[in-house]
Amino acid sequence: MLRILSVLFVSLFILTACGKKKTGPDDGTQQPGAGSVTTPGGDSSPQPISMDPFEDPANPLSKRIIYFDYDSSQVHAEDIPIVNAHAKYLADNTGARVRLEGHADERGSREYNVALSERRALSVKRLMAFQGTRADQADIVAYGEERPVEFGHNEAAWSQNRRVEIIYESK
Amino acid sequence: MRLIKFGILILLVTSLPVHAALEIKITQGVGNAMPIAIAPFVVTGSKKPPQVVDEIIKADLKRSGRFKPLEKSEFPQRDVTAENMRLRLWREKGIDYLVVGSVHEEVPGFYKVKFQLFDSGGVKQLAGYTIPADKSSLRMAAHQASDLIYEAILGIRGAFNTRVAYITSGQRGGKKRYIMQIADSDGYNARTILNSPKPLMSPAWSPDNKKIAFVSFEGNRSGVYVQDVLTGQRTKVSARKGINGAPAWSPDGRRLAVTLSNNGNPDIYVIDLGSKKASRLTRNAAIDTEPVWMPDGQSIIFTSDRSGKPQLYKVSAAGGSAQRLTYEGDYNSAPTVSADGKKVAMVSGERGRFRIAVLDMGTGETRVLTDGRLDESPSFAPNGSMIIYATKEGGRSVLAAVSEDGSVRQTLTLKGGEVQEPDWSGFLN
Repeated sequence: MLRILSVLFVSLFILTACGKKKTGPDDGTQQPGAGSVTTPGGDSSPQPISMDPFEDPANPLSKRIIYFDYDSSQVHAEDIPIVNAHAKYLADNTGARVRLEGHADERGSREYNVALSERRALSVKRLMAFQGTRADQADIVAYGEERPVEFGHNEAAWSQNRRVEIIYESK
Repeated sequence: MRLIKFGILILLVTSLPVHAALEIKITQGVGNAMPIAIAPFVVTGSKKPPQVVDEIIKADLKRSGRFKPLEKSEFPQRDVTAENMRLRLWREKGIDYLVVGSVHEEVPGFYKVKFQLFDSGGVKQLAGYTIPADKSSLRMAAHQASDLIYEAILGIRGAFNTRVAYITSGQRGGKKRYIMQIADSDGYNARTILNSPKPLMSPAWSPDNKKIAFVSFEGNRSGVYVQDVLTGQRTKVSARKGINGAPAWSPDGRRLAVTLSNNGNPDIYVIDLGSKKASRLTRNAAIDTEPVWMPDGQSIIFTSDRSGKPQLYKVSAAGGSAQRLTYEGDYNSAPTVSADGKKVAMVSGERGRFRIAVLDMGTGETRVLTDGRLDESPSFAPNGSMIIYATKEGGRSVLAAVSEDGSVRQTLTLKGGEVQEPDWSGFLN
């Protein structure tokens, strides 16, 4: 049952990854089409070329932005597998570190929005903790409405700005 | 020929007008503004002063919304001076107040600004002063004259000789920059205090107007800093884990109320600037932020969503339980208190519109002053007459000012950038 569910989820990711507008994180690490070649370490047998999981659209790790409703810090049910994938990666790679950047739309006052955006990042961090991510692996920065990705003054822009970005400081 | 060209070039350069960084447009005025005549000041000396003092005074008084400065063509007497004026003629034209004056260059670059304000009805002088100034302080002298005229007629201290701190943001070379600036209250003399690739927020003037507290996100974390305006010297006040935000000076200038979240969620703390020690003021699982001190230093007003939505609360500066202040509307935040402590301006949201409202602390009544959709960051002028705030105009963030009764409104547009988070200084002298 779980297997079927996860297959379903994965196909859902592919669908959403194709359908949603691509908004890349601002850490400059995203290079479309970049793959990694595993170097043969002494072994002369041919090695398979695998895609970097962080770049593979089929992999939930390639999705690093979680969106929120107005004045809400609740992670949408369909985004939970994305958070879980990153959480599991962090649990498996104890040296990995992320920065969870919380953001808000421009409505309301600025410092309140900083607090609201921290609450969003904390929701993501709490979910991650359930999957075994250690507290010191995820740092939170609450930017409020100070770093929008869309500059319009309408719901289309606001929905893109209410977000938490998962930014890898080390993998 | 080359020499002539050079000469023309110099002439062009030196005669370029000094542009205001902020352009002020009065969008709504009062019908009962008082007519006042500011006669062109008599200029004596070897060189023309760099500022037209009477024009600055005229613009100041007009901007206040309380006065209607007349054009020269409406004057009953041409080239009027203290010596040749006949007040009866002015009274007959319904012009209650007349200002005459002069700018005398004593030694090159040094001036004496002299002005007299007359009441044509009472046939008497209401104010008369001489203000010394040099080239760089001539605008300031004009603002001081405006303050004295305003006070002599209205009995309230003028707030023209004051400054505004604000944040501008824009793209520079493809990179987003955040710039903290200060400018005179009329938008002139804008200068950059700090320029950062990371967000700058919440500038707050110290009570002595010498320092600005603010929030910076340098190094991908928030921190509260204090910068000396004159020397540029910067000190870190708090860069604890989590939020370090919303700095507010205590009236004695020795402490900052701030928002910290290092204990799990945002609460109000007071940091002693000497010891840098923080003491916790609120203890609540909700968001507590945006503190501001009452002028007596005894209590602090802040925003909290402990009721489910952001509303304003008041707590003793010594701690204890908080008392809710606002009930109207579903979103009240970002308080700012008038110098007499009688009024609290805030961002008030109702049905998705965010406007500036004022709460009367005596009656408990709230009045909405603006009609924007995304108005924010209100800050009182030190005399309580106006509130400066940020609004949207043509999709851009601009500064605007509204009189405390909502009758006068004006916008201040910065060329080529978004302007936000204004904070009005105290009286400079």
